[in-house]
Amino acid sequence: MEKILEVKDLHVTFRTYGGTVKAVRGVDFHLNKGETLAIVGESGCGKSVTSNAIMRLIPNPPGKISNGSIRFKEKEITRLSEKQMRSIRGVDISMIFQDPMTALNPTLTIGTQLVEGLQQHRKISPTEAKAKALDMLELVGIPNATERLKQYPHQFSGGMRQRIVIAMALICDPELLIADEPTTALDVTIQAQILELFERIQESTGVSIILITHDLGVVAKIADRVAVMYAGKIIEVGTKREIFYESQHPYTKGLLNSVPRLDLQGEKLTPIDGTPPDLFSPPEGCPFTARCPFAMEVCDNVYPVTTARSDSHKVDCWLQDERAKQLLATAEK
Amino acid sequence: MLKYIAKRLLIMAVTLWVIVTLTFILMISIPGSPLNSERNTNEVVQANLEAHYNLDEPYYVQYMLYIKSIVTFDFGPSIKQPNQTVNDLLGRGFPISFELGIITIIVALISGITLGILAALRHNGIIDYLAISLAVLGISIPNFVLATLLIQKLAVDWNILPPATWSSPAHMVLPVIALATGPMAIIARLTRSTMLEVLTQDYIKMARAKGLSPWKIVLKHALRNALMPVVTIMGTLLAGILTGTFVIEKIFAIPGMGRYFVESINQRDYPVIMGTTVFYSAFLIFMLFLVDIVYGILDPRIKLHKKGGA
Ligand SMILES: Nc1ncnc2c1ncn2[C@@H]1O[C@H](COP(=O)(O)OP(=O)(O)O)[C@@H](O)[C@H]1O
Ligand SMILES: [Mg+2]
Repeated sequence: MEKILEVKDLHVTFRTYGGTVKAVRGVDFHLNKGETLAIVGESGCGKSVTSNAIMRLIPNPPGKISNGSIRFKEKEITRLSEKQMRSIRGVDISMIFQDPMTALNPTLTIGTQLVEGLQQHRKISPTEAKAKALDMLELVGIPNATERLKQYPHQFSGGMRQRIVIAMALICDPELLIADEPTTALDVTIQAQILELFERIQESTGVSIILITHDLGVVAKIADRVAVMYAGKIIEVGTKREIFYESQHPYTKGLLNSVPRLDLQGEKLTPIDGTPPDLFSPPEGCPFTARCPFAMEVCDNVYPVTTARSDSHKVDCWLQDERAKQLLATAEK
Repeated sequence: MLKYIAKRLLIMAVTLWVIVTLTFILMISIPGSPLNSERNTNEVVQANLEAHYNLDEPYYVQYMLYIKSIVTFDFGPSIKQPNQTVNDLLGRGFPISFELGIITIIVALISGITLGILAALRHNGIIDYLAISLAVLGISIPNFVLATLLIQKLAVDWNILPPATWSSPAHMVLPVIALATGPMAIIARLTRSTMLEVLTQDYIKMARAKGLSPWKIVLKHALRNALMPVVTIMGTLLAGILTGTFVIEKIFAIPGMGRYFVESINQRDYPVIMGTTVFYSAFLIFMLFLVDIVYGILDPRIKLHKKGGA
């Protein structure tokens, strides 16, 4: 399968008055063409920072990509000039943000905001641009598109606005769409509609999607693969099946146990105790140690090596080590 | 929209009427009369003069006469400046005052907004600190102090610019600087702070994610939203500039309306007081109306024809 995006050893830091926040600390993942990768994790674990880094939208100062590589097709994103980056943003890679109520400029019409990306990047006449905008509104399911183009954001509901934002992101036919919690701010019924829209769009355009969320329900619905993030690291990654049915990391298991599931009815929901570590001075070892029911001495001191359980399934956890398995086995006897 | 404008015009007329009435009450309640002076005038002459200017009539008749003069926009002759009607004075003074005011507003807006944007874009940089210092200075130095300083340094000591009157563009420089610095500083500070806030908004991030250039983002997406508070305080600024013109015109010996206004009060020149007051008030009220219209154009969420709304 063709890899469209490959992130290696990505580090992002923010210098603040209180010290340096190590928001992303060595993230590796890739995205295949046409698939949907979900990045999940509690809030504050670095999901948005990771996606902003791919777009090179980390505010600098205070933030900075301090190490690592982001390869998008043949291009090394971290080395592009700001000008080169502008010709990628909105054209090759697009982004959707969490809150559709604030992502649209209240003082400009929907039409203006839809076509400005097109006009920036393509040589296109105003009539052609408008026609394309109408097509896009139709694609995302907004009726009366001709009328709607002349309206302002406050004349639309939250769900409608998110559809418009999606139309805006897709208007230049990008190959990669990064959606940062696109449904978090919406009602449950609207959430389902928006997720269906993503699926439909992916079918018709073949766009690859990175979906950031903290909602495993969303993941279950549309992801192909899942990366689980914790304290600035990806601690487990696998296909949706592998993550939902064969998860290995205690954190992943904890996440799964803390949401209701149709296939495991009757089981008790147990939230994960404790809070994530402080990213000013993250622990040397596994960041989950303090909250982990299986923590061993080694976990405190050394970050686990990555264990590949299959081509697609990888875990950063000392429990995967043969010695730990023996230990557990004896403990069970 | 038309209904809104009609309603506003009516409110403006009522406001003007209140101002006129208050002015009239103040006018007759301050001691003295235009015809009293140190010279002892013959009683018959005095009575004749009073009759000529209708000052012998009861107050309500005088009041009605003033109202009539306002409605017909004919304020009659000045009492103190014979052979001149109030309309003459206004016609001569207003264009000059208007020029001073408008140039001042334009200079204050353009320089204030530019300074504010630059400061926000270079947040915590040298330009930002310079702009803030300039703004603090501009806000805290009264315009008459600045005017005197400017005349002393630029006109008298260094002889770069003319110190007074209004006869060429070079003559306009000092009075405009003196009058515009305060409003400019206020506008710069406000633009900077709202711009900083607007730049953190999601729609700005969205615009960046679309690959728009920084200038396009600032001019198309940020500025309009950042200017909203500036438009809101325009009313106050306009009133400030208008009263500022009295002082500045006096200091720079500019033959505008301000001089007549101030002198007319000292001399109890009733028709001129009435004329200038009505003129200034009507002008200010109209400008405030324009500000509201501009506000409605800038922010589509404000519906001018409807009250309240979403
Ligand atoms: N501009 C910033 N300045 C300082 N710290 C930041 C900034 N942006 C993000 N961070 C820090 O980076 C960490 C990860 O944030 P984020 O990626 O937004 O989390 P989430 O997974 O909820 O999207 C947080 O601890 C946050 O405090
Ligand atoms: Mg986030």
